Amino acid sequence: MSEVANETLRADAPVAAQGSVKRYGIWGATAVLFLALPHIFTSGTALTMMSVMGIMIVFALSYNMLLGQTGMLSFGHAVYYGLGGFLVVHAMNTVVQGRLPVPVALIPLVGGLAGLVFGFIFGSVSTRRGGTAFAMISLGLGELVASSALILRSFFGGEEGITTNRTKLLPLFGLNFGPQMQVYYLIAAWCLLSMIAMYAITRTPFGRMCNAVRDNPERAEFIGYSTQRVRFIAFCLSGVFAGIAGGLAAVNFEIVNSVSVAAGQSGIVLLMTYIGGVGNFAGPVLGAILITYLQVMLSDATEVWQLYFGLLFIGMIMFAPGGIAGLLMMHQPLWRARVLHRVIPPYLLALVPGLVTLAGVCLAIEMTFRLTVRASEGSAMFFLHVPLDARSPLPWLVAALLAGGGFWLFRRTWPIVANAWSAALAVARPVRPAT
Amino acid sequence: MTAPALELADLRKNFGRTEIIRGVSLQIPAGERHAVIGPNGAGKSTLYNLISGRLEPTSGSIRLNGEDITGLRPYEINRRGLARSFQVTNIFPRLSVLENVRCALLWSMGYRYSFWRGIDGLADVRRRTEEILAQINLAERRDIQAGVLTYAEQRALEIGITIAGGAEIVLLDEPTAGMSRGETEHAVALIRKVSEGKTLVMIEHDMSVVFDLADRISVLVYGQLIASDTPARIKADPAVKQAYLGTLAA
Repeated sequence: MSEVANETLRADAPVAAQGSVKRYGIWGATAVLFLALPHIFTSGTALTMMSVMGIMIVFALSYNMLLGQTGMLSFGHAVYYGLGGFLVVHAMNTVVQGRLPVPVALIPLVGGLAGLVFGFIFGSVSTRRGGTAFAMISLGLGELVASSALILRSFFGGEEGITTNRTKLLPLFGLNFGPQMQVYYLIAAWCLLSMIAMYAITRTPFGRMCNAVRDNPERAEFIGYSTQRVRFIAFCLSGVFAGIAGGLAAVNFEIVNSVSVAAGQSGIVLLMTYIGGVGNFAGPVLGAILITYLQVMLSDATEVWQLYFGLLFIGMIMFAPGGIAGLLMMHQPLWRARVLHRVIPPYLLALVPGLVTLAGVCLAIEMTFRLTVRASEGSAMFFLHVPLDARSPLPWLVAALLAGGGFWLFRRTWPIVANAWSAALAVARPVRPAT
Repeated sequence: MTAPALELADLRKNFGRTEIIRGVSLQIPAGERHAVIGPNGAGKSTLYNLISGRLEPTSGSIRLNGEDITGLRPYEINRRGLARSFQVTNIFPRLSVLENVRCALLWSMGYRYSFWRGIDGLADVRRRTEEILAQINLAERRDIQAGVLTYAEQRALEIGITIAGGAEIVLLDEPTAGMSRGETEHAVALIRKVSEGKTLVMIEHDMSVVFDLADRISVLVYGQLIASDTPARIKADPAVKQAYLGTLAA
């Protein structure tokens, strides 16, 4: 995955045969990984989660075609995901009713087409301007579609949404896509195809001009390009893949409701992309995987998981604006120079008090939640399997100690980490590039 | 008789009630190296912004090879064969040097908005990119992010982006501003090389550069041309001397 990442950041020398072998190798390895994953994580929960991850990877990458590649901040990307989903659900029901010979494996294309059409319609309005104007229009269009979804009940099905049954469609090679395993592989295949297509687009004349428009829209106009046209095409293409993701979601869940076009869904994809890293092709992939995982695992562990989510987002923006992929890329020179192991011990040293701080903060948050929102259920609770009473002063004292003391220790480790980092970097880059 | 490469007819530009360009008429024949000089605030950069489509003139017309381009968008003007550089470096800072040059020549080579062809496989684009990189002496710095180049290198890249598309008419806005003596000599040699067989218009403060390069010089003072002639005659022109020295003394 990190190799894919490198490709986008590294300036390209003329392609050597070795380079393309390497690149095909990465996609081959990804395919093998996708094939193997259900045999490594065999539980039903894992299979469901990995299916959602595949969908979200496509969705987040489509979002990054706008944000990371072209510099367009959209607050309404769920529109194309959700409308893709609705069109697919209706298409599936039509196919079933008409007994049409359409296999479910090809149905996500309907989503892609829907994304393209709506991208074309809405994009022709919203991409006239870049920057803040585009962001505001995307927000407005998002609200427009989300409220329409509650009004136009015949198409959107109101709050319950529209359901379908994927097993009623034409089986392909004896597969009826009833079992989740088959759906997982269907999603994996579409995910891989979409990833390859979106990556390939970054390496075309258009893809490069997207970057140019992101960097300096004014200058792009003086080298012959209409920035409006570049933004518009990027928007339509991004709509296609968002629609495919929505279509896959429709096949996966067999239900689509108004939530999928709403602001919340637009927010999630922004979060995934940003936390993963916008400056890097692999970033949104990592973000989609991590956020989907957290959504499932955190929501099991705590009721206020969205709060932690917000904290994570703020933390990333403040301390790692390049996202997870950005953090990983920072370590690439160390990895190449084989000195990465030198920074690992200081990291672990910092991690321990860091986790202690986090535990203290979480304890305070959970107790506050218990005493306020869940006051009717009493003050007895568990934190990390430890029984405690949120009304007694002792756990509060512990929380303060953990948070305060942990942070104090954590702060001490910063210079150690910084020293190890610069020492390792000095080895990795003995000669600075001449200026 | 062929139309001049660039023809301005009674061009005017107001910002609110302030007249910045006050009726400029000028003809530049194809193949000429033309310098525009004048004191600070004379409206030289505004004139460029009007010609290149960054600003729309209040009145008057601009013709490119006889075709009226008044009020067209910058990219439409660029596609008709006019390219410009900027006084304040205006590059793609997060793209590599190679990527900067390559983007600048894509349109002229007919690749437009192509999202179905791999860019690395385009042999003609690669060849042309290499040529430009060699011309601007940045071949060895091709993989560096443009934003971290030195100032002089960024100025060279600025010229490279401007000429990459093979425009017939090139407008350079103070290409040697802020350069040391050695860097300036280098830049002049570069400009001489890349403007061969093209029409060059250049705003420049460095008089040695102007007299070295230009076939003809126009003097812009307070939004009006007070002279437009050969370097030798401009040097001797009492009105130019007075306007120039007068404003400098003021």
